[in-house]
Amino acid sequence: MSSFSVTLPDVVLGLMFVGLIAYGLFGGADFGAGTWDLLSGGTRAGARRRALIEHSIGPVWEANHVWLIFVLVVLWTAFPRGFVSVATTLYVPLTLAAFGMIARGAAFAFRKSTTEPGLRRFLGASFAVSSLVTPYFLGAVVGGVASGRVPPGIAAGNVVTSWANPTSTLGGLLAVLVCAYLAAVFLCGDAVRDGHEELAEEFRVRALGTAALTGAAGLVGFFVLRTDAPLLFDGLVGRGLPVIVLSVVAGVAAIVLLALRRYASARIASALAVATILVGWATGQYPYLLPPALTIDDAAAGRPTLVAMLVSLVIGTLVLVPSLIYLYSLFQRGPAAAEPEPVEDTS
Amino acid sequence: MEQYALVLTGAADNLYPARMQMALSLGWHIVFSCFGIAFPTIVVFTEWRAHRRGNPDLRGLAHTWARAMGVLFAAGAVSGTLLSFEMGILWPGLMEPFGEVFGFPFVLEGFAFFIEAIFVGIYLFGWDRMSPRAHMLSAIPMIVSGVAGAFFVIAANAWMNNPTGFDLDPAGRVVDADPVGAMFGPSTWPQFVHMLIAAYMVTGFTIASVYAIGMLRGRRDRYHRFGLLVPLTFAAIAAPIQLGVGDWIANVVAENQPVKLAAMEGLYRSSTAVPLSLGGIYVDDELRGALEIPWGLSLLVTHDPNGAVTGLESVAPELRPPVNIVHLAYNTMVGIGSALLLLALWLAWSWWRHRSIPHTAWFLRAVAVAGAAAVLAMEAGWITTEVGRQPFIVYGILRTADAVSPAPGLYLGFYAVVVIYVVLTALTVYVLRRLARGQDTAAPQERDDPVPAA
Ligand code: HDD
Ligand code: HEM
Ligand code: HEM
Repeated sequence: MSSFSVTLPDVVLGLMFVGLIAYGLFGGADFGAGTWDLLSGGTRAGARRRALIEHSIGPVWEANHVWLIFVLVVLWTAFPRGFVSVATTLYVPLTLAAFGMIARGAAFAFRKSTTEPGLRRFLGASFAVSSLVTPYFLGAVVGGVASGRVPPGIAAGNVVTSWANPTSTLGGLLAVLVCAYLAAVFLCGDAVRDGHEELAEEFRVRALGTAALTGAAGLVGFFVLRTDAPLLFDGLVGRGLPVIVLSVVAGVAAIVLLALRRYASARIASALAVATILVGWATGQYPYLLPPALTIDDAAAGRPTLVAMLVSLVIGTLVLVPSLIYLYSLFQRGPAAAEPEPVEDTS
Repeated sequence: MEQYALVLTGAADNLYPARMQMALSLGWHIVFSCFGIAFPTIVVFTEWRAHRRGNPDLRGLAHTWARAMGVLFAAGAVSGTLLSFEMGILWPGLMEPFGEVFGFPFVLEGFAFFIEAIFVGIYLFGWDRMSPRAHMLSAIPMIVSGVAGAFFVIAANAWMNNPTGFDLDPAGRVVDADPVGAMFGPSTWPQFVHMLIAAYMVTGFTIASVYAIGMLRGRRDRYHRFGLLVPLTFAAIAAPIQLGVGDWIANVVAENQPVKLAAMEGLYRSSTAVPLSLGGIYVDDELRGALEIPWGLSLLVTHDPNGAVTGLESVAPELRPPVNIVHLAYNTMVGIGSALLLLALWLAWSWWRHRSIPHTAWFLRAVAVAGAAAVLAMEAGWITTEVGRQPFIVYGILRTADAVSPAPGLYLGFYAVVVIYVVLTALTVYVLRRLARGQDTAAPQERDDPVPAA
């Protein structure tokens, strides 16, 4: 099994993985913003921070969120065996993550449409709490797969230990931290653009803090994986090593750039650092979809389906990418920055 | 499908709650989908008329509706996400063998909704930062992708009703999957057209009913009259078309799923010159207390008063769907569809004679209930389709009982879903009512703010 003969299933899975990275970055930043909303302090004290957060994710959260749908539908069409194995064994964290997405989307959308203080607080709280819950459980799912706890087959794995285990806990915590980190970095740039240097400073401190925490978690994770997921560990320090090194370099660069207040470049470096963590996971467990038993090729659907998929992914991308660029650029060149007015609970 | 049945023994506890969970999630999602499909057209049409006539009332309506669309779209998006998980969590026995056959339209659907989500964002936020022309043009991708998304999802559902595009080898395994061919089975076009028209009826009648209630409460200004008339016109045009499409779809069902048709009609014995039965209860293989229209069913299905229609007796009892649910749901849909058609005719007549809506409170009362009635008709239609397909999840090929996940404890998810949807429904209704009353109307995406360059 030479790792350099790329097959059709590899290509389709690779494209799915691009979607997963996009979800990790865009969706992740959205979740992280919710975490900062939670940690913004009391109603009055945190109002300006919350306003900036609402500002930033308002028009894009729905589009960001569709990346996950994309990942799911590609998986169930092109890798049905892998998909059902994961969905049935890990149904508990997946259901909880889905509930979190519902609570989060609905709360975020509805919060602005009401001024009633009690209800606003309830919606605000469910927005913020579900912003923690969802990435945690999605990270736990990754941990379950990566540590080889999802055997192929319908509900073939243990429905509890597949996600309540050291690697899953690591995955969940890392996901929460990484999301918070990304959001803080992105919000720095937004705050500066809107002319709120003091908010940028606050988020810069938060970004540096979470960077330190994430790095520490990564180090601890190394030992967790060595004992709990040896196969993945071997892959990471073997074939995956260049990617891990790149991730560390990008992470350090991001910290330096943050320290220098070079927010635009810090964004790119941070995104690279996070994307490479995901790529590292993929490289680590290649060629398995579900280590240690199900390879990508074995899990794949038949050739006609994969070909149809590939064609539609290419055509779809040609439509999608310009639309996304249009969306983001339309709101970048918006009118002069508005004051993010504090949202009063008593208005 | 023997090998799946084997793996899944022990799934018995999960079957009923899993079905209920799926039905609840879908029944909830579908209401919001209708608005995602049809509302953009109505809003953009109104915006266009507002510019053409320089009419501030129409402009105000377009603005309010765009905000409501934002809320409805968010509700549709989050409920759709849960559905995507459920396809795998609840029905692995369906997705594992057949994902490669009928999963493909969902991929295309994913793209369609992606485009729709992007352009809904652009449309809502771009209101004041684009020229009116550019703004209305930006709505075209939103409209097209909403309809395209509906087509793809329906194609997947139509495949479950009339599976095509694959072969089974002697061991029951799928071979020669043809994902594109699978999208164009016999049910796809009639189901899609029927759903599209249903979306316009649901959206049009629901929005109109809000303003009808307002007018009944004495707010009879131009704003409310337009708010009633514009969506009602869309719905009134759709209603007569729907009757014709309904006949088409019934014929397709008769041809491809005769047992479902027999359940819809409560018909036990296969025979000729069959009457059409309205109402009644099916007990001991007989429909009792129904109103019968002689030769009706034979005429509808075969276009010949003496035509032969297959009855439930043609298959073993365990292969028959629960007749009463299907029959009642079907009658509900057709009954409401006919009543809504009468309402549309009333409007058309009055418009033709007086260039105005009928001047009676009874008309407003009828419109006020038409919104809920249209939703009920659509839910009833789906219940007909889905329950009528039982005991199969893939008609004639895979039983629902063999598709459900055997994971321990799965059924608990159902209770959680009930709680979540009760809360979500209450919140959605609350927020929409505030929007309708014109109080603090900031909608989810309706903020004129910059976004991260991310
Ligand atoms: C406003 C909604 C609405 C209205 C007024 C009607 N329908 Fe309907 N009907 C639907 C909304 C709907 C639906 C919810 O959209 C369904 C479910 C699946 C589908 O494709 O459309 C449906 C399904 C459905 C089916 C089952 C299709 C299948 O199982 O594949 C039949 C036979 C009909 N319809 C027939 C009719 C007739 C004869 C009507 C006469 C007035 C009618 N419908 C009005
Ligand atoms: C295109 C979209 C749809 C798909 C892919 C789909 C798929 C499914 C699946 C997988 C099941 C479970 C298995 C079964 O009982 O057969 C199901 C059941 C069901 N669905 Fe649908 N469905 C769709 C649309 C809808 C809608 C919009 C409704 C709205 C009411 C609906 C109502 C139901 C009901 C009532 C059941 C339970 C059937 C029973 O228990 O007998 N479906 N559907
Ligand atoms: C007859 C059945 C269905 C119709 C007509 C329909 C239509 C739609 C429409 C128009 C939207 C756009 C959002 C909105 O406007 O509110 C939407 C969203 C969505 N639907 Fe459905 N849907 C159906 C069933 C399903 C099923 C069975 C699934 C999954 C298995 C599903 C998954 C989704 C997802 C994931 C979204 C969110 C996409 C986004 O974020 O924009 N839908 N649906």
